[in-house]
Amino acid sequence: MANEVCFRTLHLPEPWSLESYKSVGGYSVLENIIANKVPAKEIIEQLKLSALRGRGGAGFPTGLKWSFMPRGMPGQKYVVCNSDEGEPGTFKDRDILRYNPHQLIEGMIIAGYVMTASVGYNYMRGEFYEPFERMEFALKEAYENNYLGSSILGSAFKFDLYNHMGAGAYICGEETALIESLEGKKGQPRFKPPFPANYGLFGRPTNVNNTESYASVPPILQHGGQWFLDLGIPNNGGTKIFSVSGHVAKPGNYEISLGTPFSELLNLCGGMRNGNALKAVIPGGSSSPILPAELMMNITMDYDAIGKARSMLGSGAVIVIEEGTCMVELAARTAHFYYEESCGQCTPCREGTGWMSRVIHRILDGNGKMEDLDNLLDITSNIMGRTICALGDAAAMPIAGFLKHYRHEFEYKIQTGRRWVDDHSEAA
Amino acid sequence: MNNLSNKRLTDLVSKEAIAEIELWKQKYPSERKRPPIIAALKVVQKEHNQWLSEELMQAVADYLDVPHIAVYEVATFYTMFHLKPMGEHIISVCTNLSCSMLGSAQVVEHLKKRLGVGLGQTTADGKFTLKEVECMAACGGAPMLEVKEQYHENLTPEKVDAILIDLGVKLEAVNG
Amino acid sequence: MGTVQIEINGVELTAETGSMIIEIADKAGMHIPRFCYHKKLSVAANCRMCLVDVGNLPKPVPACATPVADGMKILTHSAKALQAQRSVMEFLLINHPLDCPICDQGGECELQDVALGYGGDVSRFAEGKRVVVDKDIGPLIETDMTRCIHCTRCIRFGTEVVGLREMGATGRGEHMEIGTFVAASLVSEVASNIIDLCPVGALTAKPSRYQARAWELRATPSIAPHDCLGTNIDIHHRRGEVIRVVPRENEKINEVWITDRDRFSYEALNKAKRLTQPMLKIDGKWQKVSWEAALSAAADQIQKVVAEKGPERFGALVSPSATLEEMYLTQKLVRGVGSHNVDHRLRQIDFTTQHDDPMFPEFMLSFDELEEMDATLLVDAELHSEQPLLALRVRKSTRFGRVMSVGSHSADLNCRVSPEIIAGAPQLVGELQGIVAALITQAKDPVKAELVELFKDVKHTPEHDIIASELRINENACIIVGQSAQEHSQLGHIRWLCTLMSELTGAKYGELTHGANTSGGYLAGALPHRVSIGRESAVTGWNVQQMLQKGLDAYLLVQTEPELDSSYRDAARASLLKAQATIVLTPFAEGEFLDYATVLLPVAGFTETSGTYVNVCGEFQSFAAAVKAKGEARPGWKVLRVLANLLGIEAIKFTSSEQIAQLLKEHFEQSSDALIGHQEIPEELPIGGEVPKKLAIYDCDPLVRRAYSLQQTPLGQANWRKDQIDTLCLNYQTKSVQIEVEVVDA
Repeated sequence: MANEVCFRTLHLPEPWSLESYKSVGGYSVLENIIANKVPAKEIIEQLKLSALRGRGGAGFPTGLKWSFMPRGMPGQKYVVCNSDEGEPGTFKDRDILRYNPHQLIEGMIIAGYVMTASVGYNYMRGEFYEPFERMEFALKEAYENNYLGSSILGSAFKFDLYNHMGAGAYICGEETALIESLEGKKGQPRFKPPFPANYGLFGRPTNVNNTESYASVPPILQHGGQWFLDLGIPNNGGTKIFSVSGHVAKPGNYEISLGTPFSELLNLCGGMRNGNALKAVIPGGSSSPILPAELMMNITMDYDAIGKARSMLGSGAVIVIEEGTCMVELAARTAHFYYEESCGQCTPCREGTGWMSRVIHRILDGNGKMEDLDNLLDITSNIMGRTICALGDAAAMPIAGFLKHYRHEFEYKIQTGRRWVDDHSEAA
Repeated sequence: MNNLSNKRLTDLVSKEAIAEIELWKQKYPSERKRPPIIAALKVVQKEHNQWLSEELMQAVADYLDVPHIAVYEVATFYTMFHLKPMGEHIISVCTNLSCSMLGSAQVVEHLKKRLGVGLGQTTADGKFTLKEVECMAACGGAPMLEVKEQYHENLTPEKVDAILIDLGVKLEAVNG
Repeated sequence: MGTVQIEINGVELTAETGSMIIEIADKAGMHIPRFCYHKKLSVAANCRMCLVDVGNLPKPVPACATPVADGMKILTHSAKALQAQRSVMEFLLINHPLDCPICDQGGECELQDVALGYGGDVSRFAEGKRVVVDKDIGPLIETDMTRCIHCTRCIRFGTEVVGLREMGATGRGEHMEIGTFVAASLVSEVASNIIDLCPVGALTAKPSRYQARAWELRATPSIAPHDCLGTNIDIHHRRGEVIRVVPRENEKINEVWITDRDRFSYEALNKAKRLTQPMLKIDGKWQKVSWEAALSAAADQIQKVVAEKGPERFGALVSPSATLEEMYLTQKLVRGVGSHNVDHRLRQIDFTTQHDDPMFPEFMLSFDELEEMDATLLVDAELHSEQPLLALRVRKSTRFGRVMSVGSHSADLNCRVSPEIIAGAPQLVGELQGIVAALITQAKDPVKAELVELFKDVKHTPEHDIIASELRINENACIIVGQSAQEHSQLGHIRWLCTLMSELTGAKYGELTHGANTSGGYLAGALPHRVSIGRESAVTGWNVQQMLQKGLDAYLLVQTEPELDSSYRDAARASLLKAQATIVLTPFAEGEFLDYATVLLPVAGFTETSGTYVNVCGEFQSFAAAVKAKGEARPGWKVLRVLANLLGIEAIKFTSSEQIAQLLKEHFEQSSDALIGHQEIPEELPIGGEVPKKLAIYDCDPLVRRAYSLQQTPLGQANWRKDQIDTLCLNYQTKSVQIEVEVVDA
């Protein structure tokens, strides 16, 4: 059950070419929609049936999101793809862009059709040089073959798609920050409501989805929502790309069924590197709270199961950590990241991320105090739920997670000045 | 009101750069002046030793007919823009979670030793700037770096040396 | 708009649909702490201080950005709300320097106030604090950016209210800083409002820096003295010294804003060289004398000219920013000795139709109506430099409406103006005639035959057609004849054309005038052809042009330096130097009048006298003195009263300025302007015309010319007459504290 959706061209010699894509049924869905004037409602029904959930991290049902767009509203509407991949641990969208760009394009064209939007933007992070070239080439092919433009496949349906590049800001992965950035501004999230479906890009109704979400649409419509749902488990339809990194033997992207046990995923990755013992996993990118090995080995990889374990599936970035890794160091690096990436707009995140990072680094430098730990927990809870966007929560949750499961490592560091792992190598 | 020279962008960058900016402008509704700011700054920065002077930022703003501060805000917000002179090549090393777990610290140390500069510094010959960056979405190939718009993954000291040689660094000279 | 029922802290309230929780709470007098929210700015929701507890919602929500919904139950002080508010307060304070003892904002600081209620007494923050380098944004606003809490009110003010994006937030995260692009002075005429908007001490008034603590200051309500709006201000003073001027809210006139000119011109009265004692020129040398000696010398000099050369050889010029009382007494004095030469229209050059003038050039709509206009035609109006606050109002109308302009110069507004006809002075009337011609062509109702005949050969362009139809089809339309038009040599014709446009379209009509009190000048009768309240004078005296160009033997100058204030610089200097007697009432000791005056009488500045300004809408606004005048200077109206009495004019017996204002106000309210202001249709349409070179914004009156900090701004430095007025500011009395150090020999 691997590589059936977004990576379905991966086994072909030039997986990114139009020819490769067409050989797996690419653009057949669009052709069918155009030829048979498939009603938008039917497409949305299939998506709802598939239980496809947003692959960017929030996991919001895609079909439902598409149904929010005011179809009947006159004037310009936009579909925007969030390819601003930047959540530490995540590297799946880059591979979709590099190896299967046409599937994203087809997904976005269908989205434009469903939501009566005639313009789309694919917002890629600024460092995606190679993916940009692939996308530009694919767009050219798509235009030449009449899949894009003012009269798609000879019909009255018109859709133009443009590649846009960011310039280095994690926050632009937040959909309203992405819209601001696309408008040529700083990527500072907007207060919601209004949501992009009502007031989005240039003030017009806009649908923003993740790369993997759009790219999942053509196969779903090709094989039916039920097919996709059956690939996974109820409420967690389909396969999902897991970006596995860290201390595994074969890091990489694995497109497998939701609901697959973590232990099975670990096996696919060739197990731990050097046969080391598993210590913990960050299951959904750096924003998701860390889970210890004993929890992970009994968990399935889907939104609900990981949510139940008080973490998140997020973007599907699985960072695997072996025994001997110092959790204070990981926490410090995590805190530093959010301190660097906070946009600065609202108070709790602007001030709180710096505070957390400084406290943890002070502990790491051997100048910690025991009360720092309770203060840290307090800071995390004072940030959470108080900010304009989710970055505040994303910064606070992992820190709370490290303290929840590995408080003893922090305490040891504060009390002895030494890393807990250096003195407990036998503990594994 | 400031004391900058008010030079026009067309006098500061190449025709090709202007043409590229015009290409980007076409992607957005014509009545919107700001969307091409990011692209324009990138194009201009690439031609000017990887950094944006105040003169350039002002010229870009005037060229796109947007307030100067609008360009300045963007230039200071995104990490790919540099407001101080940089080296000809910027070596961006990721030190985020996966990379740090797999030895980015050693990569950084190796580069420091080879180039003789610290993070955020530029070599005396102006060739290289060593820069620490956040996650670049290549964690499967950690540790990684980017230079000349190319990702290099699964780095080891040997691989780093190979990259440096490709970039024209004479390793003996550096070592000596 | 419907309403919904909500409940805040158990109190049932009716709220308009779509309004935010904070607005309803404010109206009900329930305080929710806030920093970024400001009723005149867009909602940013970035400070997070106003988080409140809304029933059923798991997280606290910002009251500034959460719309009310029917049945919503809001708690502003529940444990959940307080916890959220306290935590935000803590975040705001961790990087704040807490340097209240040396901060000018101390005592009136929103952060300080809210911290008192929501802050902790001990900081848990043990790390190093952020330090931000201060920015030089010009001579008016002091920055201390380490204190900034990033509420972005200052940025939003520039972007939204002024329409000029000068400030921004650069960098990101904790490194975000508020500032300008490179080190740049703000250039907007209203920029200093960000001082009031800033909730902390990051932006404070530079001229008054470190001069007083907020709690030492007393406030006296007053009226700003530089433009015809009658902006409401508070004068803050301590122990007889004015420390600063701030806006006083008046939604109809100035909302919550004031211009930089109104805020900082007081500096001239504090720091420019003041006349503190009467002076008499004896044998070409200035000598300090007593009031008695000065006044009797002044009376003698006037009487001598009147007796020897005739009363028509004496005349008075009064500043259009003099008070109503000063203007009234000046004209009474002049007429009391038998002359009719009195004028306040110092910049005017067309007097041909003065007998047809309205009671006063009036703005016949309210200022706030401007915002709602669907079509606005500006005629020779340069609002940003003449009435800067109206530029903000007009700009607001462009959200839905259209602004059009015909002028000698560009309207130069920070909003879209279309069409904008930049005609040049000689072509101005031709353009206006074209619009009238277009209106006659478009007219649905019959137009008077003589008008049709008169305009039959006038060509109209597509732009004229657009302007005409916009004025015609929009119910909310207006024609604003600007201050520059008052200086045009075809003023009478321009007024006739624009009034005609208003009649043909139903568009509202308004004129804008010089100084703070041109309306007062008209109503007080400081005019050669009319006595008070529009009554025609039996004899028409000389106007300002005649007085200065033809020359008089004796002048009385009230709060004016005609060589700079009038449109007749060369004539003024020549005539004043030639005159036998020139009595000058002025607060200042430095100026060209030292060359030509014979008597200098020290009078109070606007902060030091009671008085009344009538704004261009006809609103009387009286004010009291905030502080005593310097030295022996006295309020102008008192000096004029005594001088009149010395001249034997017994009728003037007022004992307070209020009596004068009251008298005029009563007459005004009982009057009818039905008898005046009827303009005849001209026999033929005139062409051509000219205007004197426009005065720069910080060169408009004696006060502003001497306001040091305003002169240092980019606008002040760009003044084309800079070299002529530079000396006025040079001899500043710098207040320095001398510390005597005793050197003890070892």
